[in-house]
This record gives sequence, C-alpha cells and structure tokens, in this order.
Amino acid sequence: MKLRVRFTEEGKIRFLSHRDVARIMERSFRKLRLPVAYSQGFSPRPKFSFGLALSVAHESDAEYLDVELVTPVDLEDLPNQLTQSLPDGLTVVAVEILEPGSTSLQQAIVCCRWNIEVLGAPLPDVTVAVADLLASSEHLLERTRKGKASIVDVRPAILELEVMGPTDTGVQLKALLATEGTSLRPSELVRVLTENLEEGRVRRTHQFTMVDGKRCEPIEAPDPSTQHQLEPTERNDLSRSLLSDLEERAS
Amino acid sequence: MTSVWPQLEPRLAQVQKPARYIGCEDGASAKAPDPTLVSWLFTYPDTYEIGLPNQGLQILYEIANERPDARADRAYAPWHDMEAVMRAEGIPLFSVEHHTPADEFDVLAFNISAELIYTNVLNCIDLAGIPILSADRTVEHPIVMAGGHSTYNPEPLAEYLDVVVLGDGEEVVGELTEILSQWRTKPDRSRSDLLRQMCKIEGVYVPSLYEPVYADGRLVETRPLFDDVPARIEKRTIADLADWPYPKQQLVPVTEVVHDRLNVEVFRGCTRGCRFCQAGMITRPVRERPADQVRTMVANGLERTGYDEVSLTSLSTADFSSITETVGGIMDDADACGQGNISVSLPSLRVDAFGVGIAAQLQRAKRTGLTFAPEAGTWRMRQIINKLIREEDLYEAVEAAYSQGWKRVKLYFLIGLPSETDEDTLGIAELAKNCVELGKRHNKRASVTVSIGGFVPKAFTPFQWFGQNTAGELQRKVNLLRDATRRMHGVNIKWHDPAATTAEGLVSRGDRRLGPVIEDVWRQGGTFQEWSEHFEMDRWTAAMERAGLAIEDFVYRHRSETEGMAWDHLSAGLHKDFLWDEWQDALAEVGLPDCRWTPCYDCGACTGYGIEHVVASAVPPAGGSQGTGQELAGGGSVPVSLMPAKPKGPKSPHPVLSKQLDTQSGDTQSGGTT
Repeated sequence: MKLRVRFTEEGKIRFLSHRDVARIMERSFRKLRLPVAYSQGFSPRPKFSFGLALSVAHESDAEYLDVELVTPVDLEDLPNQLTQSLPDGLTVVAVEILEPGSTSLQQAIVCCRWNIEVLGAPLPDVTVAVADLLASSEHLLERTRKGKASIVDVRPAILELEVMGPTDTGVQLKALLATEGTSLRPSELVRVLTENLEEGRVRRTHQFTMVDGKRCEPIEAPDPSTQHQLEPTERNDLSRSLLSDLEERAS
Repeated sequence: MTSVWPQLEPRLAQVQKPARYIGCEDGASAKAPDPTLVSWLFTYPDTYEIGLPNQGLQILYEIANERPDARADRAYAPWHDMEAVMRAEGIPLFSVEHHTPADEFDVLAFNISAELIYTNVLNCIDLAGIPILSADRTVEHPIVMAGGHSTYNPEPLAEYLDVVVLGDGEEVVGELTEILSQWRTKPDRSRSDLLRQMCKIEGVYVPSLYEPVYADGRLVETRPLFDDVPARIEKRTIADLADWPYPKQQLVPVTEVVHDRLNVEVFRGCTRGCRFCQAGMITRPVRERPADQVRTMVANGLERTGYDEVSLTSLSTADFSSITETVGGIMDDADACGQGNISVSLPSLRVDAFGVGIAAQLQRAKRTGLTFAPEAGTWRMRQIINKLIREEDLYEAVEAAYSQGWKRVKLYFLIGLPSETDEDTLGIAELAKNCVELGKRHNKRASVTVSIGGFVPKAFTPFQWFGQNTAGELQRKVNLLRDATRRMHGVNIKWHDPAATTAEGLVSRGDRRLGPVIEDVWRQGGTFQEWSEHFEMDRWTAAMERAGLAIEDFVYRHRSETEGMAWDHLSAGLHKDFLWDEWQDALAEVGLPDCRWTPCYDCGACTGYGIEHVVASAVPPAGGSQGTGQELAGGGSVPVSLMPAKPKGPKSPHPVLSKQLDTQSGDTQSGGTT
C-alpha cells in the first residue's frame, strides 16, 4: 500500500534542510512501527519519496511525502499519531492512499504558490517593480544550477504575482511560480525584482498538479474546523495584521 | 532570563547549516529558565555536529536536569560565519534550548576531549562576555569549569578555568550543585570562598589555589597555596555503571550530526594496557554494564528514538563479556517487536576479539563501517606499545569481515612510537597489503584504508617521558609509507598533518607557561585548530617565540625519571612507579598481560580507591591473545597462506617477507589458499 502524506513545516524547524526533514520522517515512521517497505541490496533503504525540496528557512503549508508500506494500516488517526512523533513545527495534516501507478510527486507538480516577504525597499518601489516585471515579455536571469552557469528567460515561470501590502518589516508578495519547464525559485524571484532586495519570511502555500487542465493540490487541505493540530501561527497573525492594514487603507 | 532568539532568527538564513543553532532535539530538557535553580550551561567547544553526540556531556546534562535544585542547557562553538554575525550584532554565546545568554548561567562547564580545541574554549568564554582569565572574574560571572580526558593535564588552561573535574562526573555534578545552591543566595558571597569550598570535593581541582615552581627554565612542582587545600587531587570514579543508566533520554537531533545513532555505553575503563593510550590508563578499572541492562537500554532507546542503528560504545567493545550473544539479542529484540533492519556498530574493535561469530551477527542488517586498530606494523613495535595482537589475529579478523560481505576495512596506525625504525614503519604497508590480498579472495574490489596518526605522548601514560618525533621526522615516515603503498592496489592511505601533531604535543604535556601561548594563538584568530583547513602552525610558532619558549623543550625532548611533570599534583589513580616500570619494560620490549584475567600488578587504580573491576565473564573473550594463555611466541609470524608460493621459507618472527612479496606483481595473489 502506498500512502501520500501532506504536512506543514513552520517555526524554528524551517531552518532544517530537505534531507534533515526526510530523516526525521523516516525515524517517525519507525517509532510508530509502521511497516515501511525497504529497498533490496547491500544497504536497504526505506521506500520514501519526497516532493520538491523546500529551501532552508522557507516555511510551508503544503509539503508531501509518498511512502510504500508492506501491509495496510489504519489511516483514521495516523495524521495525529505522526504529528505527535514529530518535532514541533512539523504537522501532518492529511494522509491518503495513493492509487497504484500514480505519477511521482517530483514529476506531477507543475507550480507552487508562495507568500514572499521582501525587505529593503518601500511598498511603492516594490509595486512598481512588480508591475514592470509583469509588463515585460522576457526577463533574463543568470544562474548556476548543478554547477552549470546559464542565462535563462525566467519570465514564463512567473505565472502570477501580486503585491499584498506591507508587513512589519517589508512588503508581502504572493506568487505562483512554475516548477516544470523553466522554473523559478522564490529567492530567484526576489533577485529578479529589483537590486538590493532581501528575502524575508517565505512560505509555500500550495503545490499544484494539472488534472484535466485544472490546477489542484495532490491532497486538499482538510477543513480547518475539523483540524485539531493547526494552532494559531505567526502566519495567521501576519495575515490578520495584513488584512487590518489593508482594511484601514481602504477606508 | 533573556533570549537572543529575536536577534538571532533574522540572521540564521545567512549562515551555513542554521539548524546547528535551533536546538529542537527530542530528549532536550523542557525545564524553563528559573532564577531559583542552579543553572548549568554544558558547552562542547566544537561545532554542534561534533559536540551534540558527546555522551559525557549528555549524561551530566540529564543528571543535572533530573535534580529539583538544578537545570541545565547546552551550548556549542559557533562556526566562523556565525561568530562573525554574533560579534557584529552583539549576540553572546547562547544555549540552544532557550537561547539564553551564557553569562546568565551559574556555571559554564566545558567538556574537553581533545587538546587542539583549547583555543575554542577561550573563544567561547570570550563570546559569553566573561573575562577569559579566572583572576578577572567576579561574583557576577559564571563559574568556568572543565572536565573530560584532556583535563588530566589542565595546566595549560589553569589561568582560564576556575574549576577542573577529574574523572567520572556523575556524582560530582550533584555535589557541586549543592554547594552552589547554598552559596548563590548568600548576601556576602565571594568567589574565593566558593572555590575554596569546592576544592574539598574529591576529584575537584581549583587551579588558582596552586602555584607552579620553576627552576632553570623547567617546572619543578605545582604546590598548594594554603594548608587546607589538598596537595594532590585524586580523580573520581563511579564504582558501578549499573547505577548510572544514562543517558536515559539520548538526544535525537533534528539535523545530521556525527555518530547519528543510538549510543549505549557497555563498559568504562580498559585494562588491555596499551602504553600509548591515555584513555585506557585514566579510566581504570573496567566497569561493565550488566548485559541485560544493555539490552533494555538498547530496546528502549530504539523504541523512543526511531534510530535504526545502535553503537555499543567503550574503549574496546569486543572485550565485553558475551558480546556475540548481546549483539544477537539486540537483533532478536528488534525482530521480535517488528523494528527489523537494525544495525549494530562496534567502535574500537580489537582484532583478536573479532571473529566470524560477531561478523555474522553484525551483517544481519545494514553493514556498518569496520575499523581495526593494530596501531603498529611489526610485532616488535606492538610489544613495545603493549598491544599484543598477533599478525595472525589481524588476518583472521580481516578475513572474517571480508568473508561476511564487507568490501572495505579501515585500519588505524600510529607512527612516531618509541624506538621505531623504518622497518617498523614499513611494516604498516606490509600488513595493509596482506589484508587486501586476503580480501581479494572474497571480493575482487576489496580494499583497505590505512589511517596514520602521529603519536603524541600524553599525561598519565607510560610514554609520558618519551620525546615526541619532530614534525619533519613524522613527515619523512609518512612519505616512506606513501611511496611504499603507491603501487599497492586496494591500499588507500590517509595521514594527519605532522605540524598539527606537534601543536597537540605542545599543549598535551605543557605547563602553565603554555597558557599565554594558547591565548596568543586564539587572539591571532586561531580557532577550530583540529580542523585541518583552519590549522596554521605559524601561529603556534610565533606565539611560542613571543612567549620565549622552545617547542623542542616541551615536545621533542625525552624527559628524565626525576623531572617534575605539570600534572604531578593530580592523580588518575596510577602509581608513578608503575608507569615508569612500564616505560622501562616498553624499551625492553616486554609485554604486560590484561589484569582482568591475570593476577593484579597493582597499577593503583583499584587498590588506591578500594574498588574493583566489574566484569561479568571470568574468562577472556574468545581469540583474545593478551593474558589469555595463548601462545605469543609467534606473534609476528605471517600465516603460511600469505607466504609467497615459492620458495616457501620457515615462519619468521619478523614480517620480513616484504622484500619477497614486493617482487610479485601488485593486485593478483599467487599464493592462493593452498
């Protein structure tokens, strides 16, 4: 039986690397004695497969993990049990059975939605920069990936970009960035916008696959009213203050 | 109590591996800062990845936190990039649990496991905002303490440490807490009163209550300044490890560290009597943990942590009574409760106690790395260092490993040992070559990694009188080995920087005059000196010159029997005449049996403290050669199967077959197993 697990990552734990989170998840499954399948060979590895890596210091509402089990398990209380066995800041929000033959997460995800805080420029400057970027038809970025330097037109990777308003320390943006074809990372977007802009808090809010021409999350976030794990977070505080800010300005 | 987190958090994305600074370990203390409790900040003066797994620190951390009158946090040395941020932003050294500034604790307690880390100790004290010299501190400052193996000669750091604890800390941490608990509420308290009170505890050394006496540029003695201060400080020893099943809640870090696995200490102390080995000398006697306690600690630990690997730690784990059954039991437990796939790793394996039995048990799950430490290349040399493992034992162990599926084996050797000749040095290459040959009978790609360290004589060992090889001489020997192994397929060689070995020698047997030298190196920016990319000998040489001291005098010179040692006022329980006799026996190439299974030779460790070995098995481990009644006369002989096919010479007491084997071509063996 294959499971797909959706989890969130926030707070201090956001400073972990993707690899660190993977190891924690493996230990957590062992603690709960879940019958994880192992690879064959000289050094057997548990059959876990993680989605797109989340950069160090970024938070997320939508991280995914696929895991293969040898025998079926009861899913009823599993999200809660997993959360209990994880460090503070990692919360499993949903677990679903994955149909055999499903595409791997790495391949299925086409774009991600992000909340990105930028620091070092006032709201009007950021607004102008965003408008300019959206108006352009091409934007060349020099970047190095896997040791290879190249110049890429990243404009097609910016599917949506909006200024949400000021935060205590900077300006909040909301972006939808492609992950297949030409892709763009939030840190790269910050570099692309204007010079001397720094990255503040960054949070992945969604990962999307394409199903029948429509974007959808691999697992929809459960209705918050039935979720006991989600406690008020800094994010909620932030969005609340953002909302009140916007309301004030509108009035 | 305050927290530096708000200052730290926005900067973390700018430094390498920020997870080093966030804590969040499973098993970390939940005790919040509380001004009514005695607070300890246990600090490992190296990076988080190196320091977090340290068992000694974790044990004391847990014991302190279990006490109702105390609490403890941990701190680690920040890496260069983080230190730059901290100094620029005015962030002091902080605890990883609550990000509390270090100077808000009652005690800043260092675990010092290596000498080259001394400059980091000064850096941590300075980053804590505490005056680096003990004499400059007031009642407002934490007490700066240190313990750990290197503090058996704490003299180079004497002016910087307020208190040094010798030996096992399990009991002392409570005794010191009690004194602190009373003292900290006194309105007219003074630091000197506190230190005077602490020095009465067995195992506690307060350097400022002693003064060194020099004559003709040499140390004569270190004597107490007051009548009520002990003239000699004895180490502390816990009698029975079974009473201390710590750590009960081993810390599970959220980020990758070294030894990232469950660690269970199976015994403390070692009486194999290797003459170069400080750990084996200062931790006597042997105290085994009962096998059923080991099994319970492993089962509970795996259950709680979710680790899939457990390491049974000690100075020579294969010596643990019924080790094979214990390993098997651990695997059975894991199978029985559905954990499966649990690896057991045994560090510090003696070759003469490693057989197919253990190898077969170990390979039931993922194979972990196998490291053996023959230490020396010839039987003559192994007699001198009293590591009486026969050539045959090594080959049997290596063959057991290869036959059970291992492809690579790591071998540790020392160079620069007393009376070492080039033949002894080249014997290392010969052993490695023979091991690879054996491996190739089982796997075409079998290889051996040879790790070579320069020998540094340490306090409280029979070799404490020996003049260390110069850096130049060590380099020459490294070159010899590099040339000799260049065309040996499957033999990879690694070595330590001989200059760093000299610096380590300097502080290992140095006296208080080395303090300003360490401080000078630190002020020049010389932190993380055990990291080869940050070590620069020039800093040490310049500092020695400025202090008007000669490296030759502290490191390279042989010392005489009557000469005063910097650690003469301290005691690891060993009689000095026992150590001297051992030194003389070494030079005479005479070995000494293991006293666990042979009559006591009164080294002092048991008799002096009225304690005894705690060993479950009355018989030595199978295959053990030392004091086991095994025939040692042919210790250096090479098995017939490894001899050249023709002309078949008689067994030789020396592995002089090197010349003959050299004439054969590299990677194919012609002798076969016939």
